[in-house]
Amino acid sequence: MKVHIRYPKPQTYEFTGRKTVQQVLDELRINPETVIIIKGDTLLTRDVTLSEGDEIEIRYAISGG
Amino acid sequence: MLCIKCKQTAWVEVRRHHSAFCRSHFLDYFDNQVLKAVREERMFTQDDRILVAISGGKDSLALWDVLLRHGYQADGLYIDLGIAEYSDHSRAKSEAFAAARDAALRVVELEQDYGHGVKGLAQHARRVPCSACGLSKRYLFNKVALEGGYRVVATGHNLDDEVATLLGNLLHWQMGYLSRQSPVLEATHPGLVKKVKPLFRLTEQETVSYAIIQGIDYVPEECPMAQGARSLVYKEVLNLLEKHSPGAKHNLLLGFLEKGRPVFREVDNTELRECEQCGQPTTTPVCAFCRMMDVVRLREREPRSGQRGRRPHAAAPSSEAVMTTADG
Repeated sequence: MKVHIRYPKPQTYEFTGRKTVQQVLDELRINPETVIIIKGDTLLTRDVTLSEGDEIEIRYAISGG
Repeated sequence: MLCIKCKQTAWVEVRRHHSAFCRSHFLDYFDNQVLKAVREERMFTQDDRILVAISGGKDSLALWDVLLRHGYQADGLYIDLGIAEYSDHSRAKSEAFAAARDAALRVVELEQDYGHGVKGLAQHARRVPCSACGLSKRYLFNKVALEGGYRVVATGHNLDDEVATLLGNLLHWQMGYLSRQSPVLEATHPGLVKKVKPLFRLTEQETVSYAIIQGIDYVPEECPMAQGARSLVYKEVLNLLEKHSPGAKHNLLLGFLEKGRPVFREVDNTELRECEQCGQPTTTPVCAFCRMMDVVRLREREPRSGQRGRRPHAAAPSSEAVMTTADG
């Protein structure tokens, strides 16, 4: 599966096998409180299992200033 | 995970409320939280003209979207801070949002009216950019609202913003700020407009979820001036707490507003007067914005080697500076 982070710096990660959203976030060391997960035009909760061909975006929610 | 209302697949989990919602019920939840804040805190009514401070980001556009959908008389105010492409980008998003909804957006250009964008103001005034930016925005929100006959200024501050501010104020025991931290700041002077924060019950995760679900085209990039801002560190710490103790942010903020603020309120005995230069309400003879501009003008006159073609400072902001770019 492909995992995109577009902001602040575009990055793409690839994972093999089935993983939950929570496992992907844990592997990337991302606090689930700080992001939302977008797949196509839907949002995913952290318990959703992702399959080999899935493509998701991790979007950071936090802004400062 | 299933929606607690309809048992369809959940799109958004709200851990602090032990809840999860499908698309449709999340929108209901979001609306209800905003309307609850407006009603319980007596922010405004359908009869009030509201000026919504718009940055082009998820929070302000989500707020404006909810208010317009519920029939409030809500116009937008975009302050062009002159931060190069970032301002161009956020202004374009704000104008497109307004045009798509046939809503009125006022635009004020900091550089045109005051001779500098936020970076220039910060450099000349020797402040950090976020300080010069916040001061300029607070000043202009009130000024434009007053001149435009608005009863209320609404900002998109969310629960994360508010709890990060609270943590910062607690860490430095800022008694005055703690006494005034509230989702509603009443107009305690004829020259002040009431300020409200209708998103204070909702997290940033929820406002970004709302923006994505509603198809709101917002600016996802962080303001380049905010890099390294202390508020981001506070948010990181608070989200670590939230991860291990869901509801920590909500409990800290809502608990403070209910139990803590009344204690600090007793120390708030500030008296307002009119600024000797601009007439806006202030606690000092000259308001903080005019003092900053005085320093900027002074530093502009200082000779500096290697400096090229500086912009002359605009003498005074004119009311024509506020222009309507989309008709309501």
